This record gives sequence, structure tokens and C-alpha cells, in this order.
Amino acid sequence: MGNETVHALKGVSFDIEEGEFVTIMGSSGSGKSTLLHIVGCLDQPTSGSYAINGVAVSSFNKNELATIRNEKIGFIFQSYNLLPRTTALENVELPLLYNSQVSTQERKKRALEALERVGLADRIQHTPSELSGGQQQRVAIARSLVNDPVVILADEATGNLDTRTSYEIMSLFQELNAQRKTIVFVTHEPDIAGFSKRTIVLKDGKILRDENNNKVNQAADMLLAMPVED
Amino acid sequence: MRILNLLKIALKAISLNKVRALLTMLGVIIGVASVIAMLAIGEGSKESIRAQISSMGSNMITIRPYAERQGGVRLNRNDMQSLTMDDFGQLEGKTSLLSYISPQVNGSGQVISGSENWPSSIYGVDPDFLSIRVWEVTDGSMFTDAEVKAASKVAVIGQTVVENLFTNGEDPVGQMIRFNNIPFKVIGVLAEKGENTFGQDQDDVVLAPYTTVQKRILAIDYLHSIVASAVSEEEAEAAVANVTEIMRDAHQLSANATEDFEVRSMDELISTFSSTSDMMTILLVAIASISLLIGGIGIMNIMYVSVKERTREIGLRLAIGAKGLDILTQFLIEAILISITGGIIGVILGLSATYVIEEILRWPTSVTSYSIAISFAVCAITGIFFGWYPARKASALDPITALRYE
Repeated sequence: MGNETVHALKGVSFDIEEGEFVTIMGSSGSGKSTLLHIVGCLDQPTSGSYAINGVAVSSFNKNELATIRNEKIGFIFQSYNLLPRTTALENVELPLLYNSQVSTQERKKRALEALERVGLADRIQHTPSELSGGQQQRVAIARSLVNDPVVILADEATGNLDTRTSYEIMSLFQELNAQRKTIVFVTHEPDIAGFSKRTIVLKDGKILRDENNNKVNQAADMLLAMPVED
Repeated sequence: MRILNLLKIALKAISLNKVRALLTMLGVIIGVASVIAMLAIGEGSKESIRAQISSMGSNMITIRPYAERQGGVRLNRNDMQSLTMDDFGQLEGKTSLLSYISPQVNGSGQVISGSENWPSSIYGVDPDFLSIRVWEVTDGSMFTDAEVKAASKVAVIGQTVVENLFTNGEDPVGQMIRFNNIPFKVIGVLAEKGENTFGQDQDDVVLAPYTTVQKRILAIDYLHSIVASAVSEEEAEAAVANVTEIMRDAHQLSANATEDFEVRSMDELISTFSSTSDMMTILLVAIASISLLIGGIGIMNIMYVSVKERTREIGLRLAIGAKGLDILTQFLIEAILISITGGIIGVILGLSATYVIEEILRWPTSVTSYSIAISFAVCAITGIFFGWYPARKASALDPITALRYE
């Protein structure tokens, strides 16, 4: 408290290439949230630099950061963060409302496409309370896709879901990654990390391990292997 | 484009909380409606006073002697002998700003006809008097200048006198009456004028040639007053100045001598009464404004709660690329929309309330366009003023803290 400075991250340095699927793991207090905020342009590092899509954003002000978030980043949260009593379509359209270059027709078209990609084309007029947790997270994923971001950042995106549904969501992420979407997934569940090609493990603000995953689990296959619930 | 999107977002946010928005509006609605209704009542009573005074002859000018003090005792105006037929002659001849002019002497006494009697007043005037007071003779005719010159014992009587003397409904015209035992022949009956603004019965009067009243009833040769009417209402002020000048001349007053007469126009009376009713209006509007202020505070309260309640939503909007200015604008638009919608409903309600007051309570009302404009402007400003602080607070939120807010 007071004058004491806490270094949430120390000497962390890595690159993420286009088309990668990276999970960031670590226990609570390991600095993974701070890292996510910096990667997501929600926060600025006190020292060091961060570049996204070749643009160094360390010197950007709040408004410039907001524009970067709007155009280059797609966020997915643990608690979905959908607007209540608002249809799936309107929720997905939201990021584009803050981009004055997108026309109304274009906005609607792109939102519909995004909802189609997550398999919710038949649920566009449903409000969050009329959707299951998995469906709500799919809407959130569609929202993150709608601005065609450089990177999708997921913060414990499966944390509120049961195993089966979280595998379904992971399967969707793997599908998107197969379409060359760059995904950074923050989690503390090792089995989720098993679906990504690379895992960075943080401890006390430092990188403990940064390794490639040689045998990536396919969420779709694991779903098939699961006993069918009735 | 951007502002249009923000408008869309704000509209959506309001529509998600319709009942709350409506309740918030209620303060503004009541405030605006009461300001409009109060102003309409104030304005209406002012106009009705003006209309009543006008019916007495709005460009009427009265010249009366100034009541002097003698040994500390203020004398009765009617005992002053300073106003004479000379003054009347001077005024009649020297000014072009007066269209009608009549001498006036007043007396009071008992009117008798047959077995009936009634206490009343007698006005000694000339035929111009009717034009000055905007009055008509409904039955029979007014006496003529010749009858004035001859000091004929003829009279024109008001409705109240007719009712009290001719109880069997006989035609008063041609009948004889006695005023303080002087016989007069009734040659005409005045149209009913009703009570004036001060509750005085204007129909309780007997009109007779001033010469007759001077000689037969009062036994005086001076005048109690001179009444005249300016050529138009606009010229009334100039006429008053002109009359004052002529009178000063006629009375040979030096430049710094105080006047021994008094010239008054209806305009002064109107402004005296208007200022009283202005005070009332200000009072009413002050009370109504307080409710408008409370309405504004209601908006601030709800917006403030709304910002707290929607902190996570604001965090999300910031995370997906909304700028601080976007959030500020959204909340400000919400506040302004609520207050303006409230304002429109308030105006409609205020107008309906005014209509009901006019139709059911029979109070005179008058809706002025400025009252609508003012109350509407005030409520728009209220929206901006009271919406600003919560909106500012929302826009200053840190996205990370806002997203984590429980």
C-alpha cells in the first residue's frame, strides 16, 4: 500500500505470430491478468514496450488505445458480459456501433455472418436470458469476431461452463484457429491448455515456461468420445 | 454517423428501463406542466383585469383637483373649487389629442318614483360622457347639447335604478322621478354594465346635464372633474402630457409650482393592477420552478444510480472500443432525452390542465408562447446540467476496474 510499488510483471518478453493459438496459464497472482490487460490494450506497461500488428502502442493515449481495441482486438470474458434484454444480433453489432466507418447495412451483415460462424444463425433475435450459458458465450465470441480482429483475447472463457459445453467452445476456438485466427486464451485449467499449440506459464510475474504443445487435443474428437447425456 | 449511433445506443438503454425512465420524467413533467399552468393563470388574470378596465374606456383621462391640506387636514376633493368651466373650455379648444371631453359633477341622494325610493348617485355630464365611458342608451335617448345649455330637468338612468324604482316592469322612459326632491323626466335607460373591477355597481347611476346638477342639486359653479378620452390608446400618454401643460397654463402655474390638479389615465390604473398580478405570477412560477428543479435532481439521481448499476456495461463498452467521449455522450443523450420527452409531455399536460381550469373552474387563463418556450428551454438545460455529472463520472471509469465491478 501507499508508496510500495508492486511489479506484477517482470522481464516478460515473447512474440505471438499470426495464426497462433496460445494459452497463458498461471495461478492467481501470477500476473496473467495484468499481461492480458496489456495485450488487450486496456492498460499500459510502466516500462517496456508492446506492439500489436506492427504498431507500438506504448505511447498511445486513452482514445488511441480505444480505437486499437475497437479495430484490432476481440475480447471474450468469463461472464460473457452481454447486454441484458438485448438481442444476440444487437449484442454482436455493438463493437461496430463505435466504428463510424461501418454503415448500418454493413454492420448488420457482418453481425449476421459472425453469428453464423458460431452456429447461432437461428438464435439472432434471442436475448441472453433466453440462451444457455454456452450459447451466450457463442454470442460473445461472435461479438469478438465481428470487427475482424488481429487477435482474439479470451479471459477464462470456459470458466463458467460445464465440461461438455466448454469442450464445445474449445472446439469452436480450434475451428476459428484453423481459419488462421490468432487466439490468446488465459486459463488456469491444464486440460484447456491441452487444446492449444503453445502454452506460456507465468509465476510471480515471470515466465516459468514457454513451450510448444506437440500433441494438441482435438476438442471435437473428445466430444464424440464423451458419453451422450440425455 | 457516430452521434447517430450513440443516439441509437442511448434510446436502446432508455427503452430497456421504460418504467424507470417514465418515473424519472415525472418530476420534469409535473414541473413543466405547473410552470405553464401557473403562467397561464397569472397571464389570464392580468388580461381579464386589462379587459375590464378597458371596458370602462381604456383611453379615458380624468382631470381632478388636487386635494389641498389646510391646517394639516386634507380637504375633500369635491370641495375644491379649482376646476372650472374655464379649464374645460381651454381643454376643449386647445388640444387635438382628445376626441371627447365632458365636465362632471357628482351628487348623491335619494331617487323617488311614485311609492318607490332608492339611494343613488347623480352624475352631471354632457352627451360626450357616453362615448368616453363606452356606454350606450338602450331605451329612449341621451340628452342633447341644447338640453345641457338649457339646464333641462331630464335624466338617463342606469339599470339598477330602473330595477329598484320601476318594480312592476313599466317603461321608465317618459316617467317622472325626483332626485333630492328635484323632479327629472326620464328620457333614456343605460345599457347594463355590471360591476367594475373594484366591485362597484356601475349601473347604480342617474345621468343628467351637468348644468342642471350644478344649479338645482349642488348649487355650485365649479366642476368636480373633467373626463376625456384620448384619440387612441397609443396617444393616451401624450394626451396626458398635453392636458397637464394646458391646465398649468390655465391655472397660471410657474414652472416649479406644484399642480393643483391631477391628470390620470387608465393606463396607470392598468399598470398598477398588472403589477399586482405580476407579483402573483412570479410567486406561482417560483413555486412551480422548485418542482422543476426537483425534477432535475431526480434525473441526476437516476442517472447517477444508473451509472453505478451499469458499471460493468460501461467497462464492456470501453473494452470493445468506446472512447470516454462516447460514454459521456451516451449518458448525456439519455439525460437530455428523458428531460426533453418529459418536457413535451409536460407541455401537453400543462395545456390540458389550463384548458380544464378554464372550462371547469371558469378561471381566466391565457397561454403565452413564451411560457412554453421558457419551460421547455429550462427542462432541456436541466437535462444537460444534471446529466453532466453522472455522465462525466461514467466516462472517467477505468475499463479494467469497471469490468471487475461487482
